Amino acid sequence: MREVRYLRPESLAEAVQLYRTTPGCRPLAGGTDLMVMLHARTVRPEPQALLDLWSLAELKGVRRVKDMVEIGAAESYTGMIASREVQEHLPALAAAARTIGAAQIQNRGTLGGNLANASPAGDTLPVLLAYDAVVATDRRSIPIDQFFAGYRQTALQSDELITAVLFPLNRHVVFRKVGTRAAQAISKVVMALSRNPARIAIGSVAEVPLRARRAEAALERGDLEGAVAAVAEDVRPIDDVRSTAAYRHAVTQNVLRELLDSPARR
Amino acid sequence: MRFTLNGGAVSLDVVGTRRLLDVLREDLRLTGTKEGCGEGECGACSVLIDGEVVDSCLVAVGQVEGRQVTTVEGLAAGGRLTALQQAFIEHGAAQCGICTPGMLLAAHALLQQTTRPSADDVREALAGNLCRCTGYTKIIDAVLSCAK
Repeated sequence: MREVRYLRPESLAEAVQLYRTTPGCRPLAGGTDLMVMLHARTVRPEPQALLDLWSLAELKGVRRVKDMVEIGAAESYTGMIASREVQEHLPALAAAARTIGAAQIQNRGTLGGNLANASPAGDTLPVLLAYDAVVATDRRSIPIDQFFAGYRQTALQSDELITAVLFPLNRHVVFRKVGTRAAQAISKVVMALSRNPARIAIGSVAEVPLRARRAEAALERGDLEGAVAAVAEDVRPIDDVRSTAAYRHAVTQNVLRELLDSPARR
Repeated sequence: MRFTLNGGAVSLDVVGTRRLLDVLREDLRLTGTKEGCGEGECGACSVLIDGEVVDSCLVAVGQVEGRQVTTVEGLAAGGRLTALQQAFIEHGAAQCGICTPGMLLAAHALLQQTTRPSADDVREALAGNLCRCTGYTKIIDAVLSCAK
């Protein structure tokens, strides 16, 4: 078995440099996806080196930056759950983080990893879409609705590193995940909703985390029943090991109705 | 690379992308840490890094450079069982035993954070640890008996 080299940069600048100059290099954060795939040898293309970003101070922490909340790409879900800024301004993100795996995964999972992995079932990704988050990289800012390019494909260039995620303040987003059990479940349907502006973002119902544009248009008009009807047209779920397309269609509509009924909105 | 393992200094020459789980079991011969699923689902390989519970199958060993790692072997300092370990024995909180090291470490991490957890707190803290014998009730009872 060929060894995969381990690279441990001491700074973000060194990480950026190493990522540009090392062939076959994959960034590593908490390892909750990548270490599974590495061990099963299902990482494609096969990596020659892992670039460990986990301990870089520049990628950690939750900060208030002007009228945004900035979360480091390698901050853990546990760190987000414990953060006052997240509790106060991004409660739907805290709610999503609490549904991810259990303590072991929350201590290691990161937004940078969830984004780069770009699984359609990534639990934070609909939340990011509903908040109109911005993905900051070593060279630019990418609006979240331009980030997902296809099944597990992103807008990132081959040598581009995610550094942080920025969230606007004063949004009210609600969140719901439907899985087999409360912990350690991969979503069958996962949704985040903002009433104003109208954002309906859904995971596990298409090849990418999805904005339900027809349903959003109905919600924008104040037509709640229209939104529930239209969302069935927006999603394109499949049958797989976790659920069926028919179930996901029905649950998508039910969850949207539930979130539209949820109290305490602004 | 160097790190602290169960309170003692460790210096190793290993490829940093190997799983912490494998280095613990194969290189350091600490076989108390078990491999269950190898995918971060079951928690059998739970260890503590700087006091936080993690699945050692998901950690590249290079990532523990300079950190404090605790395995189940590190709980009973000087051969004396912790109150939690004693409670597992007294409550019959082990059947086949393969989940026990991970359960102990996840529960230990909880009790370090919260001295008086509720039954729900215990269930949530152990949600990432699967018991294939489904003997959860006695495990939860054992942890609760240690709540001060």
